[in-house]
Amino acid sequence: MAIEEPIEDKEEAVQQTAERYKVRIEKVNGWYGSKRAIRDVNLNVKEKTVTAFIGPSGCGKTTLLRCLNRMHEMTPGAHADGRVVVDGIDIYDKSIDPVIIRRRIGMVFQKPNPFPTMSIFDNVSAGLRLNGMNNKTIIREIVEESLRNAALWDEVKNDLDNPGMSLSGGQQQRLCIARALAMQPEVLLMDEPTSSLDPIGSSKIEELVRVLKDNVTIIIVTHNMQQAARVSDFTAFMYLGDLIEYGSTNQIFMNPEKELTERYISGKFG
Amino acid sequence: MTVDSNSNSNSKPKQNYRDILQETVNKKYRKRLLLNRLVTIFTIVCVIAAVVPLVSILLEVVKNGASAISIEFLTQPPGSMGSGTGGIAPAIQGTIIVVGIASLIAAPIGVLAGIYLSEFAKKGEFVEIVRFFNDVLTGLPSIVIGIVGYTAIVLSIGSFSVLAGSVSLSIIMIPIVVRVTEETLKVVPYSLREAGHSLGISKTKVTLFVILPSAKNGILTGIVIAISRIAGETAPLIMTILGTSLFFTGITGPVDALPLRIWRLASQPYESAHAFGWGSALILILMILALSMGLRFLAQRRSLKAVK
Amino acid sequence: MTALDSKHRRYLSALFVVRNKRHDKLFSGLVVGAAVYTLLMVGLVAFSVAKGSVDIFSYEGVQFFYQSDWNAVEGRESFGAYPYIIGTLLSSAIAMAIGVPISLAIAMFISEIAPPRIGTPLSFITELLAAVPSIIYGLWALFVFRFWVRDLIEMPLYNAFGGYIPFFAKTPFGLDIFTAGIVLAIMIIPIISSICREVMRVVPDSQREAAYSLGATRWETVRMAVFPYVKSGLVGASMLGLGRAVGETILVTMVIGNVIGPSAIPTTLFSQGQTLSSLVANEFNEASSELHLSALIALGAILLALTMGINIAARFLVKKKIKASSGAKSQ
Repeated sequence: MAIEEPIEDKEEAVQQTAERYKVRIEKVNGWYGSKRAIRDVNLNVKEKTVTAFIGPSGCGKTTLLRCLNRMHEMTPGAHADGRVVVDGIDIYDKSIDPVIIRRRIGMVFQKPNPFPTMSIFDNVSAGLRLNGMNNKTIIREIVEESLRNAALWDEVKNDLDNPGMSLSGGQQQRLCIARALAMQPEVLLMDEPTSSLDPIGSSKIEELVRVLKDNVTIIIVTHNMQQAARVSDFTAFMYLGDLIEYGSTNQIFMNPEKELTERYISGKFG
Repeated sequence: MTVDSNSNSNSKPKQNYRDILQETVNKKYRKRLLLNRLVTIFTIVCVIAAVVPLVSILLEVVKNGASAISIEFLTQPPGSMGSGTGGIAPAIQGTIIVVGIASLIAAPIGVLAGIYLSEFAKKGEFVEIVRFFNDVLTGLPSIVIGIVGYTAIVLSIGSFSVLAGSVSLSIIMIPIVVRVTEETLKVVPYSLREAGHSLGISKTKVTLFVILPSAKNGILTGIVIAISRIAGETAPLIMTILGTSLFFTGITGPVDALPLRIWRLASQPYESAHAFGWGSALILILMILALSMGLRFLAQRRSLKAVK
Repeated sequence: MTALDSKHRRYLSALFVVRNKRHDKLFSGLVVGAAVYTLLMVGLVAFSVAKGSVDIFSYEGVQFFYQSDWNAVEGRESFGAYPYIIGTLLSSAIAMAIGVPISLAIAMFISEIAPPRIGTPLSFITELLAAVPSIIYGLWALFVFRFWVRDLIEMPLYNAFGGYIPFFAKTPFGLDIFTAGIVLAIMIIPIISSICREVMRVVPDSQREAAYSLGATRWETVRMAVFPYVKSGLVGASMLGLGRAVGETILVTMVIGNVIGPSAIPTTLFSQGQTLSSLVANEFNEASSELHLSALIALGAILLALTMGINIAARFLVKKKIKASSGAKSQ
C-alpha cells in the first residue's frame, strides 16, 4: 500500500544526490572489550536521504549506528576503529573532539529520554544552552521551529512550561526529536525510535522521518522491516556483525542479491 | 500535519541558525573543555585528599602501635600513671565481654525483628512504625545512648557495670542488624517461599529452614559489620562501664574497654601513655580486622563445602 | 519464576528431616516481640532523656537554650546550652562545607569518570574508611593531623588575613573549632560519598546518553542529566552525614579544645569551642550535683531533637528518590 506510492520520489532523490556522500563509513570495527561486534563495515550514505539498518537482534546495527557519533565508546570497555567521514572530516581523527561531532550528528534513542526535571521548553533548548547560546530570542525561535519540525508545536505550544514527562510516550519521543533538531544537525541517527511506542505514535514518527529528510540526512535502525520499507531510501542488512548487503530499499526488498538477505526479508529467520 | 508547508518556508533561516550555532560552539567549546578538565582534576584531587588520611592513619597506627606492643602490654593491667609499665589486658578482656554480651542481645533480636519486617508483617501502620522507629534508632547519637544506659541501668543497679555497657551497645547494634536482615531476606527469590508453601510446610518452617539459611551469609556479614561498629564506640561506654584498671569482676561491676582506654591514655600528659594509646588502637583495629577476616574465611569454607 | 538451584532444593528437603514441630504461633509471637522490643528501646530513650532533663528545665526554664553561663558551684548554679548549640552547629557547618563538595566529587569520580578497574577498589577504600572507629580518627587527629591543620592551613590563613579580618584573628593552636570541623569532614566524607555513589547509580544511562548526544562534555552531562535526576537523594545523603557530624562525640572532644561557659562562644574560626556532645562526654562522670547531671542530660535532649529532625528529613529524601526510580523502572 504505502510502499508503492513514494518509490518514484525516492528514485528521483537517489539520482539528484547520486554523487554526494554525506557519511562515508570505511572499515569500521566496533569492539566490546576483545569481542568484535561489527566487522569491517564499508558503507556510503547520501545526503538528505533515509538509510535504514536492518537485521536480527544482535547483528550489530545499533552498535554501528552508535559508532557514527562516537557514542559507542561511551560504553565501558567499548571502542571502535576505522574511519567515519562526515562532510570530508574523519570523526575518528585524533584531533577531533567528540563534543564537536555530536552537535552536527544528532541522535534519537529507543526509549524516549527527555530530561525529567526540565520543562518542555528547557528540554528542547537544553543543547543550545549547553553549547553556550545565550541569546534568548534566538533560543525561543529555534525551540519553536524545532517543535514545529517535530510536529509537536500545536500540541504543546500552550504548555511549554510543563515538565517534559507530562507528555505521552509518542509525544515524548517527538520532544526528543525536537531536542535533537534544535542543534541543527546535518545527520540524525535514530535507534529504533518507535520500538516503545503504540501504532499511532509510531506512524507519526514515520511520517516525520519522511518529511525531515528534506533537511537532514537520516540513518535509522529498525527491527521492523515494514517500517524500513515505508520510510527509507536505502537499506543496509546486517547479520552477526557483518554488513551483508546494501542498496536502494526497493532493490533490497524486491530483488535482494544475497540469499541471506532474501531469507531474512521473507521472514525465514530473525 | 503542518510540517510540510512550514519546513520549506523555514529552510532559509534554518541554515542561518546552523551557522550561528556552529559559531557559538566554536567560540565556547575550548572554555567548556577546559572546565571539564578542571572538574575532572578536582575530582581526582578530592579522591587523593580522601585517601591520604586513610594511609596516614594506617601508617601512624602501625608505626607507633607496633613499638608499644609486648607480652607485658597484652597480658598485664596498667601500671601506675605515667610509668610506662603494665599493659592493657583488662581493656582487651572488657571489650570482648561487653561487645560479646551486646551481640548476644542484639543479634537474635535484630534478626527476629528483621524477619518480622520481611516475612510476617502485613502492610499497615504498625510495620511503618517499626521501620520508622528503626530508622530513628539508627540515627541516634551514641552519647545519647550512653545517657540512656546511665539513667536506666547504672542508676537502677547503683553501679557502673558491664550490663549497662552491653545494653547500651546493643541499642546501637539492633537497628543495623534489623535493616541488613530485612534487606537480605527481601532478595531471597519469592519462588522459594512459594515452593515451600506449596508443599504444605508451615510458614515458620519455611522461614527458619529455607529462607533464613539461603540468606545466611548476608545476615552474618551484617552482624559482623554491626559488631565492628560497636567495638569502636567510645562515648556510651564513658557513662556506663566507667573504665577501670582492673580485670572483669562481675556483670554488675565496672570494666575497661579498648576505645575508652585509648581516650583516657590520649588525654594523659605522658609520652608513654600516648605510646600505649597507639598500641591499643592497633590492637582494636586488628581485632576488628580479625573478626571480618574470620567471617570471610568461614563463609568461603562453607561455600566450598557446598560445591563439593 | 526463578528455578530453584541445588542449594535451595537441599534446604527444602531438610524440612522433612526436622522432627521437632514448632508452632507458628510461638514463632510469630517471637518475631513480633522482637519488633516490639525495638519500639520499646525508642521509648526508653525518649523517656530516659525526658525524665533526666526535667530538673534543669524546671530550674532554668527556656533560658536554658539561650544562656551562656555554665556554673556548677553549689548555691550559684547556672546552666545554659547556647554556646554548645553554636559550637555544634558551627563545627558541623564547617564539616559540611568541606565534606559535601569533596564527597560529591569522589562519588562523581567513582560513578561517572573512573573505569571500573579503578572505581571498584576506590569504592572499597571508601567503605574501609567508613569502618574506621571514630576514636582512631580522634587519636590520629590529636597527635598527627592537628599539626598539619595548624601549620598548613591555619597559620597561612592567620598570617594572610588575621590582621584585618576578625574571622581569622586568633593565633591558631590546632585544637579548635576549625580543626574539629575538618576532622569531622574527613569522618563523614566516606559516609556521604558512598551513599551518593549508590544514589547516582540509579540514574539510567539513557539520561547520560541524551546529554552526550547533544554534545555535552562529561561534566556537563553530570550537571545536566545526573545531578538534577537524583538531587533529593544527594541532599538526603548529605543530611545523613550532617546527622553523624552533629552527633559525633569522642572525635570532637579530642580536638575542639573543650572550653566552657561564655568563652565557649566562638568569636573567630580558630576559637576553642565545645559541642553539646563533647561537653556531655567531658563532664558526665564528674557531675557535682543532680542539677548538673540534669543539665548535661538536657544537652543530650537538644542533641537528640536536632539529629532526629535531620535524620528523618534525610531518610525521607533518600527513600523518596529510590522509590521513585524503582517505580519508573517497573513501568
